[in-house]
Amino acid sequence: MITVIDYKAGNVNSIKKAFYRLGIDCQISNNIKEIKKSQKLILPGVGHFKRGMENLKNSDFFDELNSLVLIEKIPVLGICLGMQLMTKKSEEGNTGGLGWVDGDVKLFKFLDDKKKFKIPHIGWNNLKINKKEKLFSKIQDDDMFYFVHSYYTSLKNEKNSLSKTTYGLEFVSSFQKDNIFGVQFHPEKSHDQGLKILKNFALI
Amino acid sequence: MFRPRIIPVLLLKNKGLVKTINFKKSRYIGDPINAVKIFNDLKVDELMFLDIESSKRNNPIMLDLIKEISEEAFMPFSVGGGIKNLDNAAEIIEQGAEKVVLNSHALLNPELVRNIANHFGSQSVCVSIDIKRNIFGNYQILYFSGTQKAKIKTLDWVKKIIDFGAGEILINSITNDGKMNGYDLKMIENISNISSVPVVACGGAGKNKDFRLAIESGAHAVAAGSMFVYHGPRKAVLINYPNEKELVEIFNEK
Repeated sequence: MITVIDYKAGNVNSIKKAFYRLGIDCQISNNIKEIKKSQKLILPGVGHFKRGMENLKNSDFFDELNSLVLIEKIPVLGICLGMQLMTKKSEEGNTGGLGWVDGDVKLFKFLDDKKKFKIPHIGWNNLKINKKEKLFSKIQDDDMFYFVHSYYTSLKNEKNSLSKTTYGLEFVSSFQKDNIFGVQFHPEKSHDQGLKILKNFALI
Repeated sequence: MFRPRIIPVLLLKNKGLVKTINFKKSRYIGDPINAVKIFNDLKVDELMFLDIESSKRNNPIMLDLIKEISEEAFMPFSVGGGIKNLDNAAEIIEQGAEKVVLNSHALLNPELVRNIANHFGSQSVCVSIDIKRNIFGNYQILYFSGTQKAKIKTLDWVKKIIDFGAGEILINSITNDGKMNGYDLKMIENISNISSVPVVACGGAGKNKDFRLAIESGAHAVAAGSMFVYHGPRKAVLINYPNEKELVEIFNEK
């Protein structure tokens, strides 16, 4: 069972609906027992980093989540804010993250060409795939995915970077560290190619 | 490479899709869920649904319709129409919409923009501005479906909503609406120049080339109503959208 973690900071229904369309079992839960019994986890996320972290820390599954991911190494996919929360800290709210992946989150800032690159980065963009990993099986370099974010991730260790995307600057659009995956874009909102990514994750 | 969005704007009136000219004379187009299914197959970038009666009848938008849309759409969609408080916005976002589109109630209560942005993030708030250009070339903001005049000047309003946390601004030319004769490029340029957030142009698109002109004038994305629901000089109803080849031509990627 794939569990989409409900911590009141993400559009969980869209993700569940995407797995449903793929014919893959998926539940939305904030129940510690259900989360514990999952084969795979999704950490969604839309909104503010600080609020997202607070909701996670205040949940009764917080410790169990860390244990499942870091000790039992259950595969987990972070989406958008979910991906950013997996890092060490963000400029948004100047808050510490889960610290699962060594990296941090910064605000897009374009000093000179303010006219050209508006913030948030909203729209369709492609991935320059660094590593041919199972998550990107059958995904091409010119496949487009939907991004909507004002902050982006930087990694300490380049070998964790799975893909880069360019919007005024080059940022990490997906990463992987062992069982921990993160994608900045919304696969549940990116048509067939997005569904492919979710299917690939389910098959890992 | 980043590609600007092309967004069909679908107007809702009594659970049906309609289209207007200069914000008057609405004509019935069809069933919204059917339209979503077709746009899904056509791989549309994003959809925007605006309930054009909400503000006038003081009723927020139909949640069950949004839920149905959310079941069918594998691309982002935004919803607007009479959203006047955080609860309205929360219900819509919880049903699966990416963003809410604020218009009249943002003018009456700008704090609304800030409240929703603080709670759901700036990327969840799009403020839509309906603008009429008079024969002297002066711009006037109208609201409540074009029936009321706003006192605030257009550029001042744009600056204000950005300050309050809007993540996106939709500028809608009432003057060009439904005519399919091109966007108001000067208006797009003036507003994009002072905006640090994405500006979506709307009102007047008649052919693919109009999209390119709007982007060159500074629009971050382009929206259209008539173009995607009509076909031909007699305006037969036909849901359509540029295919991959046309998109490449419009944005000259290759």
